[in-house]
Amino acid sequence: MNATRKALAAGLAALSLLAVSACGSDSESGSTDEVEVFTWWAEGSEKAGLDALVKVFDEQNPDLKFVNGAVAGGAGSDAKNVLQSRLQNGEPPATFQAHAGAELTDYIDAGQIEDLTDLYKEKGWNKQFPEGLLDRLTQDGGIYSVPSNIHRANMLWANSAVLKKAGIEPNKTYDSIDAWIVDLKKIKAKGIIPLSVATDWTQVNLLETVLLADLGAEAYNGLWDGKTDWAGSEVKDALADYSTLMSLTNTDRQGLDWPDATQLVIDGEAAFNVMGDWAEAAFQEQNKTFNKDYTAVPVPGTDGVFDFLADSFTKPVDGPNPKGTEAWLDTIASDEGQVAFNKAKGSIPASTTADTSSFGEYQQTAIKSWGEDEIVSSLAHGAATSVNWLTDITSAVAKFGSNKDVAGLQEGLAEAAEDNKPE
Amino acid sequence: MSSTVPSAVKRPEKPGRRKGRLGGHGWVAPVLLILPTIIVIGVFVYGLIGSNINTSLQDRHNIGPSQGFAGLDNYRDLFTDDDFIYSLRNLLLYTATFLVGTLCLGFLWAWLLERKARGESLFRAIYLFPMAVSFVASGVVWRWLLNNAEGDRASGLNRLFGSLHLDFLQNPWWTDERWGILAIAVPAIWQLSGYVMALFLAGFRGIPEELREAARMDGASEWQLYRHVIFPQLSPVALSAIIIIGHMSLKVFDLIMAIAGQTNYTTQVPATQMWVEFTRGDYAKSAAIGTILLLIVAILIVPYLVSTYRQERRR
Repeated sequence: MNATRKALAAGLAALSLLAVSACGSDSESGSTDEVEVFTWWAEGSEKAGLDALVKVFDEQNPDLKFVNGAVAGGAGSDAKNVLQSRLQNGEPPATFQAHAGAELTDYIDAGQIEDLTDLYKEKGWNKQFPEGLLDRLTQDGGIYSVPSNIHRANMLWANSAVLKKAGIEPNKTYDSIDAWIVDLKKIKAKGIIPLSVATDWTQVNLLETVLLADLGAEAYNGLWDGKTDWAGSEVKDALADYSTLMSLTNTDRQGLDWPDATQLVIDGEAAFNVMGDWAEAAFQEQNKTFNKDYTAVPVPGTDGVFDFLADSFTKPVDGPNPKGTEAWLDTIASDEGQVAFNKAKGSIPASTTADTSSFGEYQQTAIKSWGEDEIVSSLAHGAATSVNWLTDITSAVAKFGSNKDVAGLQEGLAEAAEDNKPE
Repeated sequence: MSSTVPSAVKRPEKPGRRKGRLGGHGWVAPVLLILPTIIVIGVFVYGLIGSNINTSLQDRHNIGPSQGFAGLDNYRDLFTDDDFIYSLRNLLLYTATFLVGTLCLGFLWAWLLERKARGESLFRAIYLFPMAVSFVASGVVWRWLLNNAEGDRASGLNRLFGSLHLDFLQNPWWTDERWGILAIAVPAIWQLSGYVMALFLAGFRGIPEELREAARMDGASEWQLYRHVIFPQLSPVALSAIIIIGHMSLKVFDLIMAIAGQTNYTTQVPATQMWVEFTRGDYAKSAAIGTILLLIVAILIVPYLVSTYRQERRR
């Protein structure tokens, strides 16, 4: 009898433990003055930008409490996995960070984020953000996020001293990829790495700028809506250029990430690097002077085109604190918020009403282009395609990186387009 | 004698006695005792395996809910996908190298220590130590050691080869399309050879000195001694080592993530592919890969379990 009772007690204890742990999660939601902001901004200039935003938010909303829900690691992929499990379990944060544009498709299709079109009208955000941007944010007839910043992906960074050593004018501009390749070969003959590149996603970034340069903005846009044929000869020529460029890069690319590739240019081991304008922060941190130690121009053949990407914030369906979410979005859209965030992060405000006079020299050129240039959506950063499509493209590019098979790359890209084409 | 033995055996089988000791419901106590374990394992192991298999049979290729039952389509897609075949091939190469490498090195070290090498405890510590480091931590170091830059920019092992004027040994390591995966096996072998050594050393020590002496008395040569006395005694140890290393190898994930990252083509194995598919929200495909991995591990483990079960019953 005694043994039975002991066993019973042990069993009950174990079961009650289970029950307690199952209930534990319910008590977390707590008071409604908390605004949990979910991002993958956990370090560097991204963290600095978030901190600057929080400062503005606290000033504007003294009665609300900011809760940092940042998840670090995996260039955002870890955060996205955590976020997805929370959304599917009905425990969304008050708001979460996402790349503006087609990357939001999955959340919209799954009914996980709210349409903010009415909020845009109510708050007058329509007038504040440029029309080209609003067009790119609109999906299925609605706008689902509020952009916090604008980055440009088609920038070419160069080390002036290295170019001089190779007998090339530091501020020389090129009309086309072909003209550029001629100089790259000259640099290679000097025993310097002509073009530095890093791991897979930076190769996708390079590929997208080559496509943009060779196809032109219109045909580039056609890649994403089915008007341009991925298997066609235009893309074939662009891929041949891409292949030539890749043969002029460093061989240890798979082991590097973008800061390492940019560092090669900063240190003078490589002449050029194609990277988004967050590279500006890396040059600035090391006290390099714009247009003296280094130059930044649009990738050859893409002058007059702004390959944009933006971070933005969403309003999850059934969020814990809708008022708090709106307050956060208000801060994001406000001129103070846009200026504070972008000065710290190195990007430019999405809002046209923000006062940008205090921004740095490179940022001023970006602001000017943003106002004048044709805007296209970046592939590598989620603006042009869904996550699924981008993943397929990335695997095709990664495969090419090791087998150098141009025909195989085009096949892989065409297949990816076939599998993911929007209906 | 013959009259006392049967009665001694029979005594516990008397129904009255058993009832008296366990209070009539002999099964209640033990069942209650293991019930929490059964429930927890049932839910978190078998329940989740079932749920995973169910997901793998659904048409669920984005973060939205399932679009219906897809049958074996996901599996068919996987086995017609060149990339998946490539990652299976990588896994096979990796497992073979990892197994052979750890078994040979582990056995060699154990044998040397068994031969009464000097400073045994020091070497044991040195060889066993890598096992205490996690794959992720050692991966970060090996990522640098296995850097594929050659010539002036070389670092890690390539730099070492360069400075020793062994330039021909410089190679692209894990970025080579055909043999790159073998470079991942190098740190894995480094990390687990010591463990295999410990297993074999325990095996060696478990062989009574009398057996060897008896063999030597019978005139066995040193080779015959190993061939007929020591190896047969070590074979259960070797089998355990194969099972342990083998199933670890099939599940390799952390080491590859730490060294090469998740989207790198040359070091793709099913586990990293499963992660990529999961991250993009293709739940059905990643669940199908998970199920295939489970089956592969089962192919290795189940015969082992069956054979040990049989052996135990025979005893």
